[in-house]
Amino acid sequence: MAFLKLIMFLKDYIKDVFGAIKSLATGMKRTGYYFTHHKEIITQQYPDNRETLHLPERFKGEVVMPHDENNEHRCTGCTACELACPNGTIKVVTKFDITPDGKKKKAIDKLVYHLELCTMCNLCIEACPSDAIKMAQTFEHSVFDRAQLTKVLNKPGSKIMDGVE
Amino acid sequence: MWSFSKIANIIHEWLSQTFNVTWTTIIEMVIAGVAVISLFAVLGLVLVIMERKVSAWMQIRLGPNRVGPKGLLQSLADTLKLLVKEGMTPNGADKFLFNLAPFIAMMVAMLLLAPIAFAKDFQLWDLNIGVLYVSAISSISVISILMAGWASNNKYSLLGAMRSGAQIVSYELSAGLSVLAIVVLTGSLQLSEIVNSQANGWWIFKGHIPAIIAFITFIIAVTAETNRAPFDLAEAESELTAGFHTEYSGMKFALFFLAEYANVFIVCAIGATLFLGGWMPFHIGNWNGFNNIMDWIPSSVWFFGKTFFLIFLIMWFRWTFPRLRIDQLLNLEWKYLLPISMVNILLVTAMAILKWHF
Repeated sequence: MAFLKLIMFLKDYIKDVFGAIKSLATGMKRTGYYFTHHKEIITQQYPDNRETLHLPERFKGEVVMPHDENNEHRCTGCTACELACPNGTIKVVTKFDITPDGKKKKAIDKLVYHLELCTMCNLCIEACPSDAIKMAQTFEHSVFDRAQLTKVLNKPGSKIMDGVE
Repeated sequence: MWSFSKIANIIHEWLSQTFNVTWTTIIEMVIAGVAVISLFAVLGLVLVIMERKVSAWMQIRLGPNRVGPKGLLQSLADTLKLLVKEGMTPNGADKFLFNLAPFIAMMVAMLLLAPIAFAKDFQLWDLNIGVLYVSAISSISVISILMAGWASNNKYSLLGAMRSGAQIVSYELSAGLSVLAIVVLTGSLQLSEIVNSQANGWWIFKGHIPAIIAFITFIIAVTAETNRAPFDLAEAESELTAGFHTEYSGMKFALFFLAEYANVFIVCAIGATLFLGGWMPFHIGNWNGFNNIMDWIPSSVWFFGKTFFLIFLIMWFRWTFPRLRIDQLLNLEWKYLLPISMVNILLVTAMAILKWHF
């Protein structure tokens, strides 16, 4: 009986050793495959090729507000983006314009955007009811002074486009 | 044709004609010292860039690719950075031991270089107990690690040093036993004798399965002895924040780093000498044409080729396997490697007595 036990033990022991060697060899086969097949490399290199650079459409660099040729934007000052922002990146400063027929109308004075706080989560763009803001494809954001990261998105003297409510 | 031994002979003859015996010896010692130091400097640069490239390719990355052509000068730039960096000594540290430890690590690595045959008839010191010398000196390296860990006065460093102590002491056994297998087959402790015994075939081919088992045990044990992954518990970046060299910076850190790579080179050189025939070319039986072509390749190329093959193997291990826990580490040594290598040495002895090897 004791002899049978010893045989069983030795069988398990040898099985363990060969099983270990086999599983280690499987791992080494995989890394060896990657070592010899450089086409598998997934690293994206820093884009030095500015002329031919093609970033994906959904690349999120920073929030910008597009203006048309008459210096008009589509922002109504509804503060939906400010409410949607999880970390207080956007601050909408509103003012009241006097429309030609003498009524007061809410409009934006400044749309302040803190790039240093932004996580590029895209929630403000999704929250915007009038598609006034979008993500730009810029990616070099380093500056020497932190104040330069606080941006005013609407251009000076710009006003709201006609027909955007 | 030029060879290392020829250059050494020319220098020796010129020196003995110009100076008397004492001065010849002194100048030759200085030349050997400078050669060893420059070999270490070059090895450090080459092995670091090799490790970074190998690791990158195995992890589907690109690796360093900015400094120099294809990033090959990266390690040179890193060395320059380490040279100009401030070498801090923490306030609470034992200052004397703290500053001494990296030099001991370096000295051990340099001492180990003495008996290695780099090419045909090119060896610093061909002592008749070469294998014993190597295993004796390599155990001293644990002292430098313990010294660094203790003197840092930091619990992570001390923990790392203690782990390293347990590890080196236990793996020394199976490394020694696997080396002993080759000593039994050769019947000599002298490294040049061991290389010469492999003129008609390397021991890994001549020694059948026991030699292959000894080779595998040797590779596992020396990976553990040089504190490299998967046995890098002494450093363990993620749990001990680099263990015994947490508190080191600048050139003192660089010395530890260099000593690690020098040790890797040395254990691979010894592995190549014992199992793969050192500088002996690859010969197949009596295919004379093939053997002549192999003889034409210089012996130093053979030696460095084999050594770098083993270094690559150890790097392959490092970037494939996950780190072991301390209990798994000791299990592997005491329950698997040691019994296997003990049975193996019995087999080898039987084989040597019955002349079953070629």
